Amino acid sequence: MLGNTSDRQRIAQQRLRIIAGHLQGPVDGDSAILAAECKAQGSKTDVCREGKTVPRRRQEIMKWNGWGYSDSKFLFNKKGQAEFTGKRYRLSGMIIPGLKDWMEGTFGANLQHKTPATPLLTSSAVQPATLNKAFLEELKSTGIPFSHDAEDRVFRAHGHCLHEIFALREGKFGRVPDMVVWPNCHNDVVKIVELACKHNVCVIPYGGGTSVSSALECPPEETRSIVSLDTSQMNRILWIDEKNLTAHVEAGIVGQDLERLLNESGYCTGHEPDSMEFSSLGGWVATRASGMKKNIYGNIEDLVIHIRMVTPRGVIEKSCQGPRMSTGPDIHHFIMGSEGTLGVVTEVTMKIRPMPEYQKYGSVVFPNFEQGVACLREVAKQRCAPASIRLMDNEQFKFGHALKPQVSSIFTSFLDGLKTFYITKFKGFDPNRLCVATLLFEGDREKVLQHEKQVYDIAAKFGGLAAGEDNGQRGYMLTFVIAYLRDLGMDYYVIGESFETSVPWDRVLDICRNVKARIIQECKDKGVQFPPLSTCRVTQTYDTGACVYFYFAFNYRGLSDPVHVYEQVEHAAREEILANGGSLSHHHGVGKLRKEWMRDTVSNVGVGMLKSVKDYVDPDNIFGNRNLL
Amino acid sequence: MMFLSLQHRDPMLKKRDDFEDMLEERRNSSDLRYALRCYTPVLYKGLAPCKASMLKSMVLQSDQLHHVIGQVSRETGRAADDVQEEASAILEEMAHCLQLSTVRFFAFTLSKVFKTLFRSICVNEEGIQRLQQAIQEHPVVLLPSHRSYMDFLLMSYILYTYDIALPVIAAGMDFMGMKFVGEMLRMSGAFFIRRSFGGDKLYWSVFSEYVKTMLKNGFAPVEFFLEGTRSRTSKSLTPKLGLLNIVMDPYLKGEVYDINVVPVSISYERILEEALYAREMLGVPKPKESTSGLFKARKVLSEDYGSIHVYFGQPVSVRSLAQGRVNRCQFNLVPRHIPRRPSEEIQSFVNDSAYRLVRAQEENMVLKPWVLLASLLLQNHHQDQTAGQKRGMVLEELTAQAVWLRDMFREYGAFLHWPVVLLDICVGGQVKPGEPHSTVTPEEELLSQAVIVLSCASYRNQGLHVFLRPALLASAINAASSNLKQEVFNSFSFLRNMFSNEFILCPGATVQDFEEACYLLVKTGALQVTQQELLVTERGQRTVAFLTSMLDPFLQGYQVVCRFLCEEATENLTEKQFVPAVRKFIIKHLLAGRLRYTEVLSSDLQKNSLAALLRLGAVQKIKGRIKLSKVTYSSVFLLRTCVNLTYNC
Repeated sequence: MLGNTSDRQRIAQQRLRIIAGHLQGPVDGDSAILAAECKAQGSKTDVCREGKTVPRRRQEIMKWNGWGYSDSKFLFNKKGQAEFTGKRYRLSGMIIPGLKDWMEGTFGANLQHKTPATPLLTSSAVQPATLNKAFLEELKSTGIPFSHDAEDRVFRAHGHCLHEIFALREGKFGRVPDMVVWPNCHNDVVKIVELACKHNVCVIPYGGGTSVSSALECPPEETRSIVSLDTSQMNRILWIDEKNLTAHVEAGIVGQDLERLLNESGYCTGHEPDSMEFSSLGGWVATRASGMKKNIYGNIEDLVIHIRMVTPRGVIEKSCQGPRMSTGPDIHHFIMGSEGTLGVVTEVTMKIRPMPEYQKYGSVVFPNFEQGVACLREVAKQRCAPASIRLMDNEQFKFGHALKPQVSSIFTSFLDGLKTFYITKFKGFDPNRLCVATLLFEGDREKVLQHEKQVYDIAAKFGGLAAGEDNGQRGYMLTFVIAYLRDLGMDYYVIGESFETSVPWDRVLDICRNVKARIIQECKDKGVQFPPLSTCRVTQTYDTGACVYFYFAFNYRGLSDPVHVYEQVEHAAREEILANGGSLSHHHGVGKLRKEWMRDTVSNVGVGMLKSVKDYVDPDNIFGNRNLL
Repeated sequence: MMFLSLQHRDPMLKKRDDFEDMLEERRNSSDLRYALRCYTPVLYKGLAPCKASMLKSMVLQSDQLHHVIGQVSRETGRAADDVQEEASAILEEMAHCLQLSTVRFFAFTLSKVFKTLFRSICVNEEGIQRLQQAIQEHPVVLLPSHRSYMDFLLMSYILYTYDIALPVIAAGMDFMGMKFVGEMLRMSGAFFIRRSFGGDKLYWSVFSEYVKTMLKNGFAPVEFFLEGTRSRTSKSLTPKLGLLNIVMDPYLKGEVYDINVVPVSISYERILEEALYAREMLGVPKPKESTSGLFKARKVLSEDYGSIHVYFGQPVSVRSLAQGRVNRCQFNLVPRHIPRRPSEEIQSFVNDSAYRLVRAQEENMVLKPWVLLASLLLQNHHQDQTAGQKRGMVLEELTAQAVWLRDMFREYGAFLHWPVVLLDICVGGQVKPGEPHSTVTPEEELLSQAVIVLSCASYRNQGLHVFLRPALLASAINAASSNLKQEVFNSFSFLRNMFSNEFILCPGATVQDFEEACYLLVKTGALQVTQQELLVTERGQRTVAFLTSMLDPFLQGYQVVCRFLCEEATENLTEKQFVPAVRKFIIKHLLAGRLRYTEVLSSDLQKNSLAALLRLGAVQKIKGRIKLSKVTYSSVFLLRTCVNLTYNC
């Protein structure tokens, strides 16, 4: 395919730079790339487990009561400026001058009013473990590692819903798993599930722990011993089939490792959910995940070729890897979205693609949100959506602006000023109405440029102005750091969350307007003292509709039970979504948070069908997390 | 089922705003300057400004209209362009073209006219402020009560005065007949709709899309009359649901976040058309609206029409009305632009909302002392007639009774406007409804007396809503065979059901109404409620007697219609012949002294009773002919009960 080694190396370098730029923070580009290259060569022979992100004791590198890595967080330094610590991200180590004003302006937050989290986990506050002795004895004999350390258990008792994190910050723990096991491979899982069935122990599979649907919460009414089955050590790529472009991977692998390891062989899956740093392949399958580049690569259901799942009835899998089958209802669709209620996904065969040669960010400014949506609709109609296209509303545009790091040169700030002047004064865009779409193109260099032109031409028809690569890139970076920002907010009386839906095109504008208005009204009715942030963006386009994401946050000073208020507002917002023709979820899943609407969503018969599957596969409710139904 | 556990909010505690006379300033400053002043109303926050012509093209390009045009063209085999042209013509005929210059012209002339006609035009300014707020937040629908042609000019005049966005007004096509004036009204914001367009899909589609487009864009507040037409009797009319359905649709389909509906109560001390109405109800047809007719009518300018009170009610959010009532998911599975018959859920929601809104209008109607006096005089007149005397009433007695009645009205939560200074009525001796002047035949004498009685009744009717429920209860107590609560409730329920075409009685609210009635009568000490029984107290006798005789004329009216249908109705009675035939029958009986109330000559009453009997299944309409339902036992039984009941009363 390629001429000579140097050429190949050049291209490989380029690819790595793209990935690095996209994911990590290549502070000094060259050395990082070289290091990665060495490792790639080394790892070719044995598909290894070196450089894996997730250790068994997750708390060693990750926060136990917040999002992400312990070393990365937003804080206000002594000068009162916001900065982002650590070295992992593009934004790491930078000052963000606009953030303070934005927080004060948007939420009425005040740096004097702090709500710090409980710093340390006090083990005594954790319920003592209910252990099933017989199960424990037999487990020991298998040699599979396990733990009933309080920290380990607490870490696996939650996802990242607001109420879960809020409780952790206050040092409050409800029902937590009684022990954690770390199977190393498929057979370990088979053993664990067999033992669990034998001794009637409840098993809750745990992948990346990034759930936002209360899916990981232990049912308080569960009296059996609860075992959290942490798949993080099942993280190998077992083989890569370059002829068919598939890879067979253990389901515990997290997104960033999967991508990095495949990249080393020149491939990628292209599946990049916003949580990909921490979420796992098994989790994606269990929740029907969606990645931001689905326009090229597809969502998880398009990517999966073969699934192996261990259930109380035994192992379920297909007998071949045919690209499509007409063999009754696809059994994969019982597994995808089962949210850990049927078994543990252990191994998955996925489609892989050669890494794209060229990647380019872009952005378009529209005079208003309506025009922006119209443009996205047209792009979808012409089926020319780039790898990713997202439209932020005005509030979110301002938010993105507030996250601009300090510019190093006067020249850049001068250029910024000039751009602003051009857009608002010369083109007459109202700064309080304009909105911005961020774009990511991927593929052959020439095709990308051609594609880019096509999209910008469409945008121009809807009054859009190209606004540069930088704005686009910052937009995507925001996705990775926004979860960190919530922790900062929580230090200063601000709580918030995001939620999503999918909706037909003709409803997009209506749903955005109505849900945002409903949030504002509900906050007012529930006694929130400050105007909330209520904003949305269109994050995915489909032939017939789009995925819409809402962000919602408010300053809770003066409220006695802020989490309750928050939950009421989110509940109302979901009702509004459903009343406006939106779906219960596009990719977050149902969990326990949205269970109450399942019946209305899939009809009585639908619930009955799902129930009967559950009853057959898991009659004793071993997988007793009580999600979904 | 009916316990007084439910504590009703005491209607006396209703808080109402104060009024300001807006004519006062007009009397003290230049009308011309007023008409030319700077007019900068606040607008809906989401408003994208657009001209009337742009509105039209938005309507013509709408998905809904496209769909219906396609459908009509397929069904009729006409070319789509042809149908499109028809739609365009319909829109042309319908659309308003609001022009500020015309509004200014009206502002000037109406100032002159109003100052001549009325002593004052009182407006609750707090209501205006609420409206101003509402307009900025969500699209607004204005729902004034409808008693006079004056209503919508008056509304626009007020809104112009207070610098509020001028409404677009749904008006009947009959105005279009008035050359020039029709166009003037169009330029002041009226749009014209045909009175009936039952099966015309295209017309309906253009019309509903036009209204919705204006509403959704916040172009202007949409104004229409829930009652559909002017009430000739001063009672509120059963609401018409067509337009309300249309304006609620954008909310139900999620096209706007919310819609504010503002009921407006316009109370005239004396209605311009008062004599016309009485004649019309007695069979003199209403004159066709024409410009020359308007000029002939200018003699009204020399008369005194007292004052007008306009009360802008609390804006009602459609969202909160629909909360828990309507599942909006029902629109999820069919494209929203395809017109569909509203589901039963929605029909009943719109119907209930309509009743609520009409009741909100009623509640804030200002009642003048005349209303009380007319009630008393009419009752007295009827007693005189029974006794065969022509006594009238001594002024002192009338005053005393009026004061008693006033206190009762207040207790029932009426919005009374009682002058502080005692009225200087210069009537010597006795007061009674006027006497006919020169008469020829007994029938003519009867009719000319009826004109006076019906005019009087229209004053009385203004206050009917205040004690409608207690009056139904009082009549029910009289009609019931015992004092047992259940018995009384049954007869209350029957009466209420029978009268639900006559008065504003929300469907399905029988228990609430019964409880409300009990509450009011108990509160005023007229009734005692025990576990089993309802007992009228000693001092309650007077109240109950008064209340019962309030409803008496209506009961007799329904009774006489029943009797007519039983005794005289021929096989071939068409709907058209019904009113004249009943009238003949009634005149015969009145002249023979077999009927007490001249009021039953009102065609309004006759039509309502026919509608009620149709609804109750006692009569049927077959091919436009009215037939007693012979097959059904129940209908005969119903008729009997009707007749018996009224005899009992």
